Amino acid sequence: MFQRLSEAGPPTLPLTIDGNAALARPGDSVAATLIGAGHADCRTTPVSGSARGPYCLMGICFDCLVEIDGRPNQQGCMIEVQAGMQIVRQEGSRPVDVEATR
Amino acid sequence: MSAVDALKPSFELAVIGAGPAGMAAAVAAAQRGVATILFDEQASPGGQIYRGVTTTPLRRRELLGDDYWHGQGLVDALLGCAADYAPRSIVWAVTRIGDGFELAVSRDGVAHLVRVAHLIVATGAQERPFPIPGWTLPGVMTVGAAQILLKTAGLVPGDGTVVAGSGPLLPLVLAQFAAAGVSVDAVLDTTPRDRRWRAAWRDVIGFATSPYLAKGVALLRRARAAGRVVRGVESLEAIGDHRIERVRYRAGGQTIELACTSLLLHQGVVPNINFANAIGCEQRWDEVQACFVPVVDAWGASSVPGVTLAGDGAGIAGARAAEAHGRIAALNAACAIGRIDPAQRAAAGAAAQADRARWLRGRRFLDVMYRPAPQYRIPVGDTVVCRCEEVTARQVLESVRLGCTGPNQMKSFLRCGMGPCQGRFCGLTVSELIAKERGSTPAEIGHYRLRFPIKPITLGELASLPQTEASEQAVVRLPK
Repeated sequence: MFQRLSEAGPPTLPLTIDGNAALARPGDSVAATLIGAGHADCRTTPVSGSARGPYCLMGICFDCLVEIDGRPNQQGCMIEVQAGMQIVRQEGSRPVDVEATR
Repeated sequence: MSAVDALKPSFELAVIGAGPAGMAAAVAAAQRGVATILFDEQASPGGQIYRGVTTTPLRRRELLGDDYWHGQGLVDALLGCAADYAPRSIVWAVTRIGDGFELAVSRDGVAHLVRVAHLIVATGAQERPFPIPGWTLPGVMTVGAAQILLKTAGLVPGDGTVVAGSGPLLPLVLAQFAAAGVSVDAVLDTTPRDRRWRAAWRDVIGFATSPYLAKGVALLRRARAAGRVVRGVESLEAIGDHRIERVRYRAGGQTIELACTSLLLHQGVVPNINFANAIGCEQRWDEVQACFVPVVDAWGASSVPGVTLAGDGAGIAGARAAEAHGRIAALNAACAIGRIDPAQRAAAGAAAQADRARWLRGRRFLDVMYRPAPQYRIPVGDTVVCRCEEVTARQVLESVRLGCTGPNQMKSFLRCGMGPCQGRFCGLTVSELIAKERGSTPAEIGHYRLRFPIKPITLGELASLPQTEASEQAVVRLPK
């Protein structure tokens, strides 16, 4: 588990994680927000359904994929939090909207 | 200049990556009057070594250390120079057009095309894969990732953190934790204790007269305050159901388990070669660094005309050597586009070459001493090799026994290396595994042939590219 140093300042930005109200520190990435909130995991894999969480935090491992404001497969470590953002941990592969493809 | 909103359609030079090499290259090129743009994925400059140097909430200088704050000067020079700086911009494809290139760049979900005459690739380093059992469990992260959390968000490990691995970054991060008043439960040192320094005695003199000796001694002393160190760790395993619960290791003839909530892994850095590889730059296997390294000449010129490589992406040498390499690469670019001649390049580059040589001294010793042991590079059994496609060491070896001869063929056997990370966290492991099983060498087996786009993009981004009449005709066959 990670803790916040006091000089980083308090989290003040309102958003939601899995539909639950949460506060984020302005300037943080989505992945840092999840880690700071005590979530080591952020998704399950499309291949085996095993749990994964952020690994590299520099944009190359793609293990921190989450759904942000309805868009799945977003790199949580590369996106800065915004007020009102809806962060949802994602399950398996992205569903295909069959109707929309017809 | 400060970050640009709109991209101009063409430049003489594009620099990829705003770490020390990329920033220094952009500044030096702009000073020579070269029309330059610097593209970087991150929202603020600095690369990973100076990550968040303009935004970090940790303003107490001693916390992140003087070497970190050195990056502020590079950023100031970048923002004060004539080069355009494009943050949050991913260059995902390069196409040769005549003597130059067309770059496909995505910013905020919209793709653009930019023409350039010359390219400096300064994509830096990434942490070496550390394929141990359980390394995909939530709660297992790289030491570099923990350092990014510290620099950018002031987040530090709490109770139940174990650090494991080897390499110069480890004492640096532990010293930063100690300065922040943080300690970890244990530091499991996997550095082999095989008296390899005897084989490296020639490099000892270089190291002893390098700037790294004094820095290293001071760091090791300060790092000691961050936690109990277990030396000679011979095996390592992360265990847990859905997330890490404990780490099992073997040292001094004993197998020990420690309960933990976080495991931070690190065993050195390797060049981030995906971009250079996809352009077609020749690369070689470096046996001491145990990684593939692009082939460059003394000025950073790659095997592909018009492409210069700079910094750790051209071979691991550290931030200060990368900075000098950036200045060298800029002169090579200026020479390649005819702004200066080779004699002027040699005269103007002498200082940067001497600076780089100074920061290269002693590196070989560090490479030898911290070369990870085989069991941490070449996994066995059900240990995951390819994190994206969840391919195990056993599967890789089985496909070799079925006749698979190399990493590219392995893709069609197992999809290994074909997930979103595009081989960044399995490429070295796969090449070494195949080489071992076939009684060959990674040099002979080679690395994945990587292809653009080097990062996943959406169809929407592709569709946002400007269309020509010919491209529309190719798809919808409009009546002429």
